[in-house]
Amino acid sequence: MISFAFLALSCSGGEDKKEEKSKVKLKSEPTTKKVEKKETEQLASLTVDLTNKGVGPVSSLDLPETIDQGMAAQGKDVYDRMCLACHRIGKKFIGPAPNGILERRTPEWVMNMILDPEGMVKNDPLAKKLLIEFNGSPMANQNLTEEEARAVLEYFRTLN
Amino acid sequence: MKNLFKGLATLVASATLIVGCNNTGSQGNGALSSSAAEKVYVAPGEQDEFYAFLSGGYSGNLTVYGLPSGRMFKEIPVFSQFPTSGYGYSEETKPLLNTSFGFVPWDDLHHPDISQTNGELDGRWVFVNGNNTPRIARIDLSTFETAEIIEVPNCAGNHSSSYVTENTEYVVAGTRFAVPVPQRDMPIKDKKGNFKGALTFYKVNPDSGRMNLAFQVLMPGFDYDKAHPGRGDSHGWFFFTTYNTEEASTLMEVNASQNDKDFIAAVNWQKIEEYVANGGGTKMPTQYMHNVYDEETHTATSTTINEVLTIDPTEVAGAIYFLPTPKSPHGCDVDPTGEYIVGSGKLSADVTVHSFTKMMDAIENEKFSADAYGIPVLDFEAINAGSVKSGGLGPLHTEFDAEGNAYTTFFISSEVVKWKLGTWEVIDRKPTYYSVGHLMIPGGNSRKPFGKYVVAMNKITKDRYLPTGPELEHSAQLYDISGDKMELLSDFPTHGEPHYAAGCPAELLAPKSKKIYKLEENKHEYATLSVADTKVVRNGNEVHVYMAMIRSHFTPDNIEGIKVGDKVYFHITNHEQDFDVPHGFAIIGANNSELLIMPGQTKTLTWEPKKPGVWPFYCTDFCSALHQEMQGYVRVSPRDSNIELSWSLGED
Repeated sequence: MISFAFLALSCSGGEDKKEEKSKVKLKSEPTTKKVEKKETEQLASLTVDLTNKGVGPVSSLDLPETIDQGMAAQGKDVYDRMCLACHRIGKKFIGPAPNGILERRTPEWVMNMILDPEGMVKNDPLAKKLLIEFNGSPMANQNLTEEEARAVLEYFRTLN
Repeated sequence: MKNLFKGLATLVASATLIVGCNNTGSQGNGALSSSAAEKVYVAPGEQDEFYAFLSGGYSGNLTVYGLPSGRMFKEIPVFSQFPTSGYGYSEETKPLLNTSFGFVPWDDLHHPDISQTNGELDGRWVFVNGNNTPRIARIDLSTFETAEIIEVPNCAGNHSSSYVTENTEYVVAGTRFAVPVPQRDMPIKDKKGNFKGALTFYKVNPDSGRMNLAFQVLMPGFDYDKAHPGRGDSHGWFFFTTYNTEEASTLMEVNASQNDKDFIAAVNWQKIEEYVANGGGTKMPTQYMHNVYDEETHTATSTTINEVLTIDPTEVAGAIYFLPTPKSPHGCDVDPTGEYIVGSGKLSADVTVHSFTKMMDAIENEKFSADAYGIPVLDFEAINAGSVKSGGLGPLHTEFDAEGNAYTTFFISSEVVKWKLGTWEVIDRKPTYYSVGHLMIPGGNSRKPFGKYVVAMNKITKDRYLPTGPELEHSAQLYDISGDKMELLSDFPTHGEPHYAAGCPAELLAPKSKKIYKLEENKHEYATLSVADTKVVRNGNEVHVYMAMIRSHFTPDNIEGIKVGDKVYFHITNHEQDFDVPHGFAIIGANNSELLIMPGQTKTLTWEPKKPGVWPFYCTDFCSALHQEMQGYVRVSPRDSNIELSWSLGED
C-alpha cells in the first residue's frame, strides 16, 4: 500500500490524487474521467435549484422577511465551532463557502445537508454531485440539533 | 512435558470413566450438532444477547466479548500501556499508571466485578484488580474506559479482589502475599507471626463511583486468595479464602500444603464500619496513589495519600471469624440467596459448603474449635452445610444459575460439574479443553443470575486451534445451561490469560453506551474548540501545538519554527461529532505511540525532534476517501536557528 502511494507521488504532483481515487474506487477509471467532463459542463456548486428541498428531516421551512440577528449570532457561534474547519467565509476551502447559499438552494435543502449529510449524499443527486466536485471529501455530520442548524441558516442570511 | 500431559490425560480419562455413569442420555454430539451452531450464530447485522468482560491476566487489560457469539468487541486498556489508543502514552492518561513505585505501565488483571444495587447487576461500572503492583481500577460502562485507579498500600499480590458488596458500598482488596506491615528490612525466615495480610475496604461513592480507602484490616500473615460478598441475609459480611496458614516462606508447593484445613475468613464489614464511625482504628503512615480520570477535561490526575486507617481484627468484637475449609481453598463463592458459602479446596476432590445460618448459630453459641492469632476458629461440623462428592479433582470456582444449581470448575480433571444446592447431588458434568480455571454465568455471582450460558475459561489450549508456534492464546468454551444437561456450544480464543469474567444482558449497557464526547462539554486545558483558536505557543523549549482535526485535515497542517531540543506537545482535538469517526495522529520518530482520538476528545502526544528537517505527521485511522491526504509537515530547524514560529492550513 505504502510503496504504491510513493510510486504515485514520484510521477507528478497532479497525478497522485487520481491514483488515490482509483485506489478507493477499486480502479474504476471512468469515475475520475467523469469528474473532468462535468467540470467543463456545469459545476454542481454553481447550479441554482430553488425548488429541490433535499431529503432529510426538514420538509418545509418558511423564512420570515427580516433576519433575526440574535439567532444569527447564535448561529455564528455554532458555525465557528462546528463548521469553520471546512467552510470558510468568502472562499472555497475543503467545502464551498456559505455566502449567498440561499440564492442557489432552498432553506430546507441547506437544513437537510447540515442535519443528515450521509442521507443527502445517498439520496439527493445534487448533494452527490457536490461530493464529487469537492474531491470526495464527505461533509461531516456534526450532530447539530435542528435549532442549531436553523441558527446557522440564519447566520448564512447575514453573509453577502 | 510429555509425561505431564500423559499424566493429565490419564487423570482426564479416569475422570471421564466416572463421568460415564452420569452421562447416559445426554445429547452426545455437543458442538457437532446443528442446533449448537444455531445457538451461537448471530446473523450479520444482529447483536449479541450478553456482554462478557474477560480479564486479560498478564495483558493487564480487560476484553469485552459478546455472547453467545464469542466475538471480541474491544480491549479496554487498564493497567497496561496501549499504543493502539495512546493509553498510558498520552499526557492525559499517564497519571493513571502512577504508583508509589513510580510509573508502572503493566499489571496482572484478574477479577472483573460489575457494580450492584440490591444484589443485582446495575451495569454502571466494572471493577478490576491489578495483582502485581496492588491496584484497583474502575471502568466506566458508558464510555468503556478506565476512569480511576487506586493503589492498595501494605498489600502484595492483590488477588482476593476486586469484588463489590451488594449495593456497591465497598470494593475489596485482599493480600495474597503476606508482607511486613509496614514494610521493613528483615530476614525472610522470620516471616511466621511477623507478616500481615491486609484486607482493604474501599468505599465507593454511589453517584460518581469514586473509591476512597475506608479501612484496612491487618489480618494474620496468611495468603488471602479469593473473596465474595455476602448477599441477602449474609449482606454485611465478606468472605475470603486463605491458604498457606502454615505461613511458609519457601518451597510453598510442599510447605503451604501441610494443614488439612485452611480458613475462609468471614469479615463483618458493617461491624467494622460502625467501629470506625465511633473513632476506632489506628492511622498508620504509608504512601499510595489515587488516580482519577475526568471525562470533561479528558485528563487524569494523580494524588498521593500518606495515611491509612488500620484495624486490629482482635479489637473489633464479633467482626471476624475463621471457617475451617479443607485443602487450600481457592474459590470463595456465595450463592444467590446468600445462605451458602462455597469453598473449593483446590487440592481436594470435594467442594465444601458452609451455611451462613449455621455460622451465625455457631458464633452465637461460641462453637469454636480454636483460635488463630486471637481470631476465633468456628467448629467445622457446626457450620458445614454439606459437601459435593463429585469425583472430580481440583475444584476451583463456582457460579450459580437462577434455578438453585451451582457449577464448579475442576482444574485437574478439566470439567465443569453442575450440582444442586441443598442436596449436593451432581446433576451433570462436561469436559473442558483444557484445565479450566474460572467460569462465568452472566449475573452468576449476584442475587439474580441470568443463567442461559456458562463460559469456561481454560489455562491450556494445546490442540484446540490452528497452532501458532509455542505461544497460544487461552481457549474458552461456551455451554448452554438452559436445560438439565449442559451442552457445549462453541470454542473461542481469549486474549492474555482470562481469570475471572463478568457478564450481563446487553440491554443493561448498550442503550447507554456513549457515542461521542460533546465538544461543548470539552473542558480540556489545551482543547481547541474552534479552528479559529488553533495556534502554536512557545514557552522556552516547550512548544504547545493547539491542533484540530476533522475529515480529512489537521488545522494547522504546516508548522515551522520548531527547533532541535524542543519538547513539542501536540494537543489535538477531534472536531467530529458523529458516531465512530475517530482520527489518529502519528509523527515520525515519536518515542511513545500514536494517539487515537474520539469525536469531541482532546489528547496530547509529546514529540522531541532530534534532527533538522521537514517531518511528516498523519492520521492513522482511515477516516474518509481523503484519509490518505490527512497529513501535514513540521519543519525542524537547528537549535540556534532564528526561524519564527508559524502555522497554517491551506495558505500559499
